[in-house]
Amino acid sequence: MTVEQSQFRAALLDPLQPVPDDLLGPDGRPGTDRFSVYRNTVTVSLRDALGVAFPLVAKLIGPRNFRPLALDYARAHPPTSPLMMHYGASFPEYLAGVAALSHIGYLPDCARLDLAMRRSYHAADATPLSQARLAIDTPGLMALRLALMPATQVIRSQWPLHDIWAFNFVPDAPKPRAVAQDVLITRPEFDPAPHPLPPGGAAWLDALGRGQPFGAAHDAAVADTPGFDLAQTLALALSTSALADAPPQKGLMNE
Amino acid sequence: MSNTLKTAAIAGAVAAAMTAQATPAAAASMEKCYGVSLAGENDCAAGPGTTCAGTSVTDYQGNAWTLVEAGTCESIELPEMADGSERKGSLEALDRDLPA
Repeated sequence: MTVEQSQFRAALLDPLQPVPDDLLGPDGRPGTDRFSVYRNTVTVSLRDALGVAFPLVAKLIGPRNFRPLALDYARAHPPTSPLMMHYGASFPEYLAGVAALSHIGYLPDCARLDLAMRRSYHAADATPLSQARLAIDTPGLMALRLALMPATQVIRSQWPLHDIWAFNFVPDAPKPRAVAQDVLITRPEFDPAPHPLPPGGAAWLDALGRGQPFGAAHDAAVADTPGFDLAQTLALALSTSALADAPPQKGLMNE
Repeated sequence: MSNTLKTAAIAGAVAAAMTAQATPAAAASMEKCYGVSLAGENDCAAGPGTTCAGTSVTDYQGNAWTLVEAGTCESIELPEMADGSERKGSLEALDRDLPA
């Protein structure tokens, strides 16, 4: 077989390309039919993988719309890693650029939520923050540095993103309200779960995740949302195991 | 707001949030229960390329699990098997009702 890999790959993802002519079957005859079967298998399995990977998007637009969309995406953006559970990282941006979907403004954020749920699922295990770490004097509290659990994901949205998710996946959930909702995803046990974040909560978690001390993270949240409610947000973060102890500072022992 | 007032407000909010947590976490009481999910409805959000994610193809498939409240798995009532024997949930994967 003398077919170049690049030619083989290009033909695999584009049904309008001819089958590479030097391709031979094990019987020594042209492998045209075999290649067509393989081309179909590859494309259909990538399309179906996207359906499993983006359940909210697939449900919102329905399988008849999702399948051709996923096919186009799979051909334009084939996997770059054999780890299929991470496939589709650029799907939200891709959706934002599809003119036929521009009337569904919240769709890219829904794809981000699907993606974040998977990332949360596959994130490393860790020990959540013990409440006792917060029971310290006020100066110590203001200087305390925390971290986010590896499974913690935050998605900011101008849309009622959590309501949209719940309406589609939680039995008897009410219709989405006309509010902007940031979403917190955590995985306290086996499965990730999304929670609506109080306003400013995303900025607060972002600051904590970047290693800002507790006091400075509060400042960042208030700068983002003047009415930021620390008690409500912290209660949510504790009850959903969103936070962890800060990693030990590297290099301190050697200085 | 002065700095003292601000830190007092933060300390107060932390105390309030911790009081809200005083009840023990109720979430820590689920268990994986094998052999009780309907086809395609097993729990798992692992995504493509994995062997779960709503991929069970038969009802009560023995190697597919659903999260249930701890202590209830083995008492879930299920329709009896085709041969009339009892069908039960299990905390371990089962070799019954596997796809052909």
